[in-house]
Amino acid sequence: MLSYIDKIRETSARLLKDCSVEMVIGFRKGTVPMMNEPHFAKTAEAVDKLVWDSNCGINLANYLTNRQEKIGIIAKGCDSRNIVTHIIENKIKREQLIIIGVPCSGMIDKRKINAMLDGEINDVVEDENNITVKGNDFEKILNKRDVLQQNCAVCIHRNPVIYDELVADLVEEQEGVDRYADVRSIEAMSSEEKWKYFDDLLSNCIRCYACRNACPLCYCPTCFVDESRPQWVGKSQDPTDVRTFHFLRAYHCAGRCTDCGACERACPVGINMRVFTKKLEKDCLELFGWEAGMSADVRPPLDTYKPGDPDDFIK
Amino acid sequence: MKIIKIDKKNWASGLEDLAGSYRLFGPAKEEEFHNFKALDQGVLPDLTCLNTRLSPKSLIYPQSEVMFEYSLDESQEDHHIMKEVDKDYSPRAVIGIRPCDVKAFLLVRKNFDSPEYRDPYWIRAYEATTFVGLACEAPCNTCFCTTAGCGPYHEEGLDLLLMDAGDNFLVKVITDKGEKLLADAGWDTEVNTDEAAKQIEAKKQAAEAKISSFVTADRLKEMDTVELYSAPFWEEVAFACINCGTCTYVCPTCWCFDIQDENRGRSGMRMRNWDSCMYPLFTLHGSGHNPRDTKIQRVRQRFMHKLKYYVEKYDNGIQCVGCGRCVRLCPVNIDIRRVCYMMNSYGTSDNTCAA
Ligand code: SF4
Ligand code: SF4
Ligand code: SF4
Ligand code: SF4
Repeated sequence: MLSYIDKIRETSARLLKDCSVEMVIGFRKGTVPMMNEPHFAKTAEAVDKLVWDSNCGINLANYLTNRQEKIGIIAKGCDSRNIVTHIIENKIKREQLIIIGVPCSGMIDKRKINAMLDGEINDVVEDENNITVKGNDFEKILNKRDVLQQNCAVCIHRNPVIYDELVADLVEEQEGVDRYADVRSIEAMSSEEKWKYFDDLLSNCIRCYACRNACPLCYCPTCFVDESRPQWVGKSQDPTDVRTFHFLRAYHCAGRCTDCGACERACPVGINMRVFTKKLEKDCLELFGWEAGMSADVRPPLDTYKPGDPDDFIK
Repeated sequence: MKIIKIDKKNWASGLEDLAGSYRLFGPAKEEEFHNFKALDQGVLPDLTCLNTRLSPKSLIYPQSEVMFEYSLDESQEDHHIMKEVDKDYSPRAVIGIRPCDVKAFLLVRKNFDSPEYRDPYWIRAYEATTFVGLACEAPCNTCFCTTAGCGPYHEEGLDLLLMDAGDNFLVKVITDKGEKLLADAGWDTEVNTDEAAKQIEAKKQAAEAKISSFVTADRLKEMDTVELYSAPFWEEVAFACINCGTCTYVCPTCWCFDIQDENRGRSGMRMRNWDSCMYPLFTLHGSGHNPRDTKIQRVRQRFMHKLKYYVEKYDNGIQCVGCGRCVRLCPVNIDIRRVCYMMNSYGTSDNTCAA
């Protein structure tokens, strides 16, 4: 993926120079290992700062919400699906965008890599297949496939589903992936086990809402947890309020979540809240044959009614 | 100056003795990271911890703290009367806290213990606490403490400073509170002060030499506030920010809170919870007007507060001790070192950051 950068800069510079767009949204190199920062370029000269590697896991669709100008946006598979969702939900207009598609081979999981090593990581260098991690007294080569973000490891839409420019040939999609092993193992639990599992899962939550804010779907002008007239959810660390936040947020993402992993990636205390949205994703697939963000021309199942919609769950 | 040596063999037994007269807190690892926890009987603080994920500020200033209770039951005589809740301000000791995190309490104190306002909860908890610091031998690559008013062996705010010296700990006695703790633990092996002081100085210099990250804040105080406030770089600084508040929640020097009443049935409590200037709700007025309703305004507030308003108001340096938590944990890599650079060099020809 490193080879994409020349094409990304060249395309971005061209679009800015011929005034097709006013800004290009991409990433600039981060100040700490395995981090890049979402960044915009407004002039052809500024595109030199744009970078691309396996640390671009943040979902850039999040930066489009309600913007008015003409924008070039760099989009990997999941970003493109959230862009589609944004278009369907009137958060941005298709005509405003020039989508610079990036066929993706997955983003690496910083947390996983940190946990694999004892010392502090000073530098991380990658090539097509390997990640070389360097610290004060160690150097280790990891196979990129082994350190992908969980959602990337089970991703079946690595290529952008919508684009105007493409920075490289499409990549081969992963076949035969079992996307829902984790969800099935929770479904198989008894109610008590589930309760305990969710309690443990959320026990470290400090309710900073980084997961919500990293999510391109969570754009409500006032989130239900922030509503103060009336106030639906308490502000303390009461477990009921923590749960209410997570459960309700997940439901608000039903039929919209693309499993981009932005939420999990953002959490400062490493909570895998994706298990909630994945369950809903699985249900949408099984009940409606629906995958979010694949086409701007089809209305999502949760905002349409069809006489044949499944209703077995109504008891 | 008094220096004590603790044979590591006597570490556990000393802590056990302390448990009789103090509630003990220290770093504990759970799954992938450390946090400060109350240490159960016989549990030792994990001193291998580089630093905790969340800062220890919650030991003095919990994320949620009940201040009053009340009854809404009108058949009760004292209904609708706020009553103070009982709290435990018995002596506590924090073992293995890093010098930057202790210095942070002194910065925060400017807010909670000022000539105009004295916050009873914060002050009583703070005064009940003895801080046993652990010097950093191997600072993280994101630590910039030495240019943020402290350092790996910094003593300000500490009662005792503990240093790892192989089979022993060397302990520098800083206050009477520290002295008392040593006596309670039965650690009393004094060492030759001159020799130990030399050894400590050498270790200190070695640790400081390992700091690889710095900020420059020398111009901030004299700069024109309005000019800085109106600088064009805020759009760029704020662009990536998702206003999640992680930076302020993990920060040892952020102090803002919000007061809420929570009712359950016919009774309720008034509590205060951490708040963050990164949240839209932080400045929402009762009228519905929000003077800081854009992301740029909120991001600017965080950095202006830490790096300009605080500097100007208290003349006490920046409101940051360089612990690096926000740098490591911001999900979109907004780096206070980079922003400090942009602010400090604003108006000079040198304001494109190399960081
Ligand atoms: S990002 Fe993590 S800690 Fe913050 S609210 Fe979400 S789950 Fe909780
Ligand atoms: S942690 Fe980063 S993204 Fe979150 S509010 Fe702070 S600066 Fe913004
Ligand atoms: S601003 Fe960041 S580096 Fe400074 S004390 Fe707070 S968390 Fe630490
Ligand atoms: S930076 Fe923000 S949250 Fe932190 S103390 Fe200042 S105003 Fe409060």
